[in-house]
Amino acid sequence: MSAHEIEIILSRQLADCLTVPVFIVDPEGTLIFYNEPAEKILGKRFQDTGIMKVGDWGTAFYAHDNKGNSIPPSDLPLVSTIKSHIPAHKTFWIKNMEGKSYEISVTSIPIIGRSKEFSGALAIFWNNELKV
Amino acid sequence: MKIQLHGTRGSYPTSSRENQKLGGNTPCIEVIEEDERLILDAGTGILEIDFETHYTAERVDILLTHLHMDHIQGLGFCKPIFDPKKEVHIWGPGGSSYPLKDRLNRFLSPPLFPVMLRDIPCKLVIHELPNEPFTLGKFLITSKFVCHPGPTVGFRIQVGKKTVTYIPDHEPILSSPHLFKEDKWISGFDLCDHTDLLVHDSQYSLEEYKAKVGWGHSSIDIAAELAERTGARRLVLFHHDPACTDTDRTLLFKKFMKTHTYDFPIELAVQGQEIEI
Repeated sequence: MSAHEIEIILSRQLADCLTVPVFIVDPEGTLIFYNEPAEKILGKRFQDTGIMKVGDWGTAFYAHDNKGNSIPPSDLPLVSTIKSHIPAHKTFWIKNMEGKSYEISVTSIPIIGRSKEFSGALAIFWNNELKV
Repeated sequence: MKIQLHGTRGSYPTSSRENQKLGGNTPCIEVIEEDERLILDAGTGILEIDFETHYTAERVDILLTHLHMDHIQGLGFCKPIFDPKKEVHIWGPGGSSYPLKDRLNRFLSPPLFPVMLRDIPCKLVIHELPNEPFTLGKFLITSKFVCHPGPTVGFRIQVGKKTVTYIPDHEPILSSPHLFKEDKWISGFDLCDHTDLLVHDSQYSLEEYKAKVGWGHSSIDIAAELAERTGARRLVLFHHDPACTDTDRTLLFKKFMKTHTYDFPIELAVQGQEIEI
């Protein structure tokens, strides 16, 4: 077993402190951590699921555009960042556990530490219908 | 393999009478295997090293965990630096933007230091630590970035089947009483994994730590928890708070040990101590 790179560990420590959903994936796109607010989007708890392959988490919530057309996982910002190693941003809709759609914006960033190697990516979900 | 502790104090050196038992020098340890030696960190402890007796070879290797002042403030005053016959190799972590040489130059240049890095008489060779394990003589060295402000690594040094791990400045978990449950998420885990000797940051008591979250240091409790989780065989508590008298530090340690039980020895680092593993 090899521990995660320090920038990934620090990302989790940050995610643990935030009230917005955060997803962290490894270079292959495997979801290696999501925080408590993100558990509400996935409808699952991290301690129950453990890590999730991209094919599992990418379809765990129904992502669609404003006309209701589904958005394939490959068009999600986080998947884009995994492929390109550059930041991505998108506003779209997802269905919650009760079947209600709401608008979110997702920003994903590559995690590249001092070793200069791509360690994974982090995505923050913003619920655009929530007033802060 | 032997480990000599030349400086055990964190943050700044102290000459207070209250700190003479554990020592007032800032971090520096030597790892010794027969006639080969490595120096880890260059705090004021490096000035305790008898270079005339033990460093007769041309080459000297100094490995820096990071460039905070307490870990480099002895560097400009250690004798090999001013000996034109010596070849001094300094190893340290690379940064995100500026190379190690540039960052070292900020300290080893006026007005902080009277001599420019380029004018130092020895043959100075500066290496950024590689991402992979590397060998210096008999020593197999692994460095990994750990949680501490600024580019900071810990070292795992192996000779044959024996290993020593040195993480003098480390805050493996921020603002949480315990480490993450999963080993993969623990800063420094690979460095500590079943090491024979762990020399680790322990600057604060648990109570003191609560007011110093994010400062980059460990409580005694977290250091012991890390040692236990990683299966370390012996823990030396290092980087003593210079504001804490040795009497208070010893009382704190005894109180901690009265309420905790571990199946490996734990002790306070003492300047001048030699440990054989």
